[in-house]
Amino acid sequence: MIRRAKDIDELTPWREMTLGGEIYEPATSQYVNTGAWRTNTPVLDTEKCRHCLLCVPFCPDSSLPVKDGRLVGIDYYHCKGCGICAEVCPFGALSVKEGGEP
Amino acid sequence: MNYNERLSGNEAIAFAMKQIDPDVMAAFPITPSTEIPQYFAQYVADGEVNTEFVPVESEHSSMSACIGAEAAGARAVTATSSCGLALMYEMMYVAASSRLPITLACVNRALTGPININNDHSDSMGIRDAGWIQIYAENNQEAYDNFLQAMPIGEHPDVRLPVMICQDGFITSHALENITLLDTDSVKAFVGEYTPENYLLKKENPLAIGPYDLGCHYMEHKVQQAEAMKNAKARILEVAAEFEKVTGRKYGLFEAYQMEDADLALVLIGSSAGTAKAAVDRLRKEGVRAGLIKLRVFRPFPAEELAEALRHVKALAILDKAESFSAHGGPLFSEVRAALYDLEPRPRTVGYVYGLGGRDVTPDHFRSVYDRLARIAAGGDLGPVYTHMGQRE
Repeated sequence: MIRRAKDIDELTPWREMTLGGEIYEPATSQYVNTGAWRTNTPVLDTEKCRHCLLCVPFCPDSSLPVKDGRLVGIDYYHCKGCGICAEVCPFGALSVKEGGEP
Repeated sequence: MNYNERLSGNEAIAFAMKQIDPDVMAAFPITPSTEIPQYFAQYVADGEVNTEFVPVESEHSSMSACIGAEAAGARAVTATSSCGLALMYEMMYVAASSRLPITLACVNRALTGPININNDHSDSMGIRDAGWIQIYAENNQEAYDNFLQAMPIGEHPDVRLPVMICQDGFITSHALENITLLDTDSVKAFVGEYTPENYLLKKENPLAIGPYDLGCHYMEHKVQQAEAMKNAKARILEVAAEFEKVTGRKYGLFEAYQMEDADLALVLIGSSAGTAKAAVDRLRKEGVRAGLIKLRVFRPFPAEELAEALRHVKALAILDKAESFSAHGGPLFSEVRAALYDLEPRPRTVGYVYGLGGRDVTPDHFRSVYDRLARIAAGGDLGPVYTHMGQRE
């Protein structure tokens, strides 16, 4: 039985993988833990954040989730730690610390 | 209905394409395959086919266009030779690993250099490990028949691999021969429609093809390709059986000629088999038990079947129309000889490289090979296993 792409991981036997690695459903990149690539980690100081959301369009990986017009944190499953958010934050609410752990 | 015509090998392939009426043809001219897109472009201009003809700027692009078209859900074909095939090299692997059953008419020509436009098998042999099915023809009839069988083989869900239909440049591609054609309705019924389960233009089900594989997925996809190539063997025979019902012409993985009681045998590919059969016929008249095997399918390689067919042979020569510069023999020699290794007893085998760059080969050449095999079979020395035939000494 061939699995859906979202159910294929490094333990999937070859008989259950799609031929040629074809992907039959949309938006499967969300299942890839690109956060594991991180060597530096942005940290959000919620006291300083004014929810101007300037950081959001600058994030190359859509890793700054917004709910009801407010920045609700950092999506560490996908954030690669580039640090652009900290560069563009006018209030010093985002800073980068060394290492991959939040 | 079958009817008789006179066509060159290139005309036969172009005519087969016209009868199939594929969705897309993308091709770039290169000798000696140029006539195939040339004839086909005329069919397009005259409105005789519904095909989208893409006159690309290179063979890298023709294979890329075929990949895009086939992935979109279209049936795509191309034709090429020699350096054109070499320029496709990268995309040939992409087509096979993306499991896109494109059909390529390969008109075999020496791969430069020195630059040469005549026939040998160095172009398709050089790309034998790309994951394409390879089927070779002895003459125009076989080239036409093989092309009609390509799509039912490659497009089958158990296979899903691209197929290369090879014929010898000029010798077959440009020589006019009598040929029996199948009427177009029967061709269309035999070849059928291309109906992939998933394709880029299927709006109900978005598809991504050719994604990046990390080490944790790559090998599994390669095993799938290897399994598909194993499956192809049975499918090739199935399609051949269906083809025989329609045309009366019988095909297998190889043709065994006078092999039932043969003590001395050759294995070779392509048009030279016709010449070698003339040598076999003469030897048979003299009471020599000579035979030959003309390999039709090189990928998948019919190792078990060849071993069975050659089990009783005393001395065997394997003839390559391509160098591999291994300093030990050509690719056909290596693979056939390896296929015989587990036989007990096994034939004594020698290899020849011949016919490079269009070098002529005559029945007398094959006669001298059989003479040597007779000496080996009688207990004589094997001598050097890797030699050339037809060069000036």
